[in-house]
Amino acid sequence: MRASALRRLAMTLPTLLVISALIFALLELAPGDPMAQLPDSIPAEVRADMAAALGLDQSGPVRYALWLRQMLVVEPSVALDRLLGTDLAEGAPRILSWQTRAPVMSLIAQRLPQTLAVVGLAYLIGTLAAVALGVWSAARQGTALDRAGTAVAAMGYGLPPYFTAAVLIYVFAIWLGWVPTVYDTTHRVTGWDSAAVQLRQIILPVAVLSLQTTAQITRYTRAAMLEALGQNYIRTARAKGLTQRRVLLRHALRNSWVATLTVIALGAPQVFAGAIITEQIFGVNGIGQLLIQSLHVGDLPVVQTVTMLIAVLIVLANLAADLLIARIDPRPDHG
Amino acid sequence: MFARLIAAAISLCMPVPLFAADGHAGRGSDGLLRLYYWQAPSTLNPYLSGGIKDVEAASLILEPLARLDPDGRMVPWLAREIPSQDNGGIADDMRSITWRLKPGLEWSDGSAVTSQDVKFTVTYCMAPGSGCAQQAKFRDVVAVDTPDPLTAVLRFAAPKPFPYGPFVGAQTPVLQAAQFADCLGPAAAACTEANFAPIGTGPFRAVAFRPGDAARFEANPAYRVPDAPAFATVLLKGGGSAITAGRAVLETGEFDYAWNLQLGPDVLNAMAAKGRGRVVTAFSTLVERMALNLRESAPRGSSTAGPSPIPHPAMADIAVRRALSMSLDRNLMVQIGYGEAGRVSCNIVPGPPAYASRANDGCAAQDIPGAREVLTKAGWTDDNGDGVRGRNGRELRFVFQTSTNAVRQDFQLLAKEWWRQIGVATELHSIDSSVFFSADAGNRDSLQQFNAHIQMYASASDGTDPEAYLSGWSCDNIPTARNGWQGRNVGGWCDPAYDALLDRLSATSAPEDRAALARTLNDMLVQNYVVVPLVDRGRVSAHANTLEGVRMNAWDSELWNIADWRRAPR
Repeated sequence: MRASALRRLAMTLPTLLVISALIFALLELAPGDPMAQLPDSIPAEVRADMAAALGLDQSGPVRYALWLRQMLVVEPSVALDRLLGTDLAEGAPRILSWQTRAPVMSLIAQRLPQTLAVVGLAYLIGTLAAVALGVWSAARQGTALDRAGTAVAAMGYGLPPYFTAAVLIYVFAIWLGWVPTVYDTTHRVTGWDSAAVQLRQIILPVAVLSLQTTAQITRYTRAAMLEALGQNYIRTARAKGLTQRRVLLRHALRNSWVATLTVIALGAPQVFAGAIITEQIFGVNGIGQLLIQSLHVGDLPVVQTVTMLIAVLIVLANLAADLLIARIDPRPDHG
Repeated sequence: MFARLIAAAISLCMPVPLFAADGHAGRGSDGLLRLYYWQAPSTLNPYLSGGIKDVEAASLILEPLARLDPDGRMVPWLAREIPSQDNGGIADDMRSITWRLKPGLEWSDGSAVTSQDVKFTVTYCMAPGSGCAQQAKFRDVVAVDTPDPLTAVLRFAAPKPFPYGPFVGAQTPVLQAAQFADCLGPAAAACTEANFAPIGTGPFRAVAFRPGDAARFEANPAYRVPDAPAFATVLLKGGGSAITAGRAVLETGEFDYAWNLQLGPDVLNAMAAKGRGRVVTAFSTLVERMALNLRESAPRGSSTAGPSPIPHPAMADIAVRRALSMSLDRNLMVQIGYGEAGRVSCNIVPGPPAYASRANDGCAAQDIPGAREVLTKAGWTDDNGDGVRGRNGRELRFVFQTSTNAVRQDFQLLAKEWWRQIGVATELHSIDSSVFFSADAGNRDSLQQFNAHIQMYASASDGTDPEAYLSGWSCDNIPTARNGWQGRNVGGWCDPAYDALLDRLSATSAPEDRAALARTLNDMLVQNYVVVPLVDRGRVSAHANTLEGVRMNAWDSELWNIADWRRAPR
């Protein structure tokens, strides 16, 4: 068990290296010029000089090697310096965004709280709702409630966030005027009143996003529950005279956890990746907005670093899901 | 505890309280001002970015020696007066300009502003490896003399009849030497702290700046006008889109000012109809135009890339070019494509007012019968009855290309129909804008290579003086394979008389004479139908009805007079 976990962990390193090379190569081949956004009054030779100041006059492999070194050596030592007060980095060049000239890691650190608050909360609510809805509709298979659950899931799948967001904004922000249309990222919660403001501004984006999550996870939960409910041990449990609640939660749910939890764990990294469309609509300037904005202006260091971090999280989430499932699977371990 | 919970729950259901009650006049008495810049600024140092959004955000803090007002006139800002030859500020040989600072100016940290700061700013931008975006404005400055703390003399390498490039307008403000002393050359990028919170002389100073997201400013305690600014703090919010921004000001009133509302006229009008705010526009020099190709373009797909110097048999005839222009209904084009954000332009230099010619004013009226007559008189007739006019076996069949963009495709369709009515057949091409506007010499679909007969795009003169812009139509500015397709004279027009006038312009310094020459040059281009100006495109923003003092400006930062903005008394 431990040996296999270590083996899997060792496998992730080459995977991540290949991913980083792929990301770099793709961005390198993609069209887009970081100078294209400048007003046309700035002459070509000034643009060339600005590009050179960004290090763009170096060849692709040189820049990849530099970035890899910064990612593996410089940035971790900067982080260690912060934590321990040491001086490992010694002013080595950090990964700088081309557009803002600020360290990419500090940009990510600024964006992460917004993303975690909105997307994380939405994922939590969406997951809880999905499991409850999945269990419930499986228990009452074929009834009106089951069909309503199916309808919610289909709606969540079928309606894109830019549509649900527009409808919710129109009804609750413009028509009723209860909530703001724009998320204020500089808002600080200091007391009851500011907490109310925060709650009001977070409701709509969280509602839009959790509908998506619910839709995705509830179908898996329902299917897994239905499969479990058809098993013989459920009949045995019922024959023993256990209550419906106990049968559902202790016997069926525990056995269907494996499938559901895999889906939940694999979806978790998306919390850190942010939600590009919803963040854009409400002005929640999280990681998703950072990524799309940097893509628009060809700010490759930011795009590379953010994509790479997301890739790391996805690989780790896969690993965690595998280990977790091995732990909780009630069936005997034959491997 | 419980009561507070209930109170919080109730307040959840209430609309956001709009504005705090108005107090008496004075610095900071009007509370918080909320600006929405949906393209969020990425830095507060305009020398490292050049993007309009960054220049505007920085203009709350950093100020130039002179600003441009909404009419494009220079207004002394940190300088006591505008230097001219009359007041001795410009040397007789036009090789230097002397700026005198207002006495008693202070940076927001309380230190004095001196001519050393002016000198340092030039050094900062010209330092090799800095990647300064405004180098072109400082290019000919060879030295800055500082005879006393309030006087800076900029010396030029060559005579400069228009020496107002550096330190005029929001792109080239004065930096504090003390703050940026260690940020010269390649070190400029790593000075994140200074770039995100420059010390300035403006009405506000930075409190917190999050690139690409939001910024907070507070009133500068050392600002030179005692009662200004009226607002104590400014929140500059970014993210979302032009729709989000327009909605937040015009429909819900969450924000006071929304910048750059590039929205369709129908969308913007519906928002403005809610009555919460006003849409404001301002115009500078951005003109949507058609360029006509006077040369025979090489056939598509031919491998021998290169210009054919043969004049195009139809386009070289001024009657054809004139008829194409006469048959356009520019009023309809403005109405469909731009609404309040555009106005008919008959000139390629539409402003400032002194530079705008009045000689071409009739172009707004569409005249299809007149255009037909012009063609017939010139011998272009439809002899074979296919609806397309011809002469000597050459028919009026043109290829009309532009970038992919909803408004431009509408304009293409309109023009095609109007030209059909005068007997001209048009084939429309739309090219992805990243291809059309790319400078890649291997790309045959670019604006510079112009492998079509007609093309539509927008371009503007940088600043108020059109000399550099007008020299774009000189003979040596024709893009060819030999010069790597560089140059802005895409139609290939060449007139020695025009070039001679350009030389005169570059040796003339009196403002009235320069304006008169610029108008003549504009008239030569327009009356020869080298370019067909269509729409003067403005900047569009919106502000809440409760905000007073906004004077929309397209020549400088839109926030140029933010020190005078105030809350309307209720």
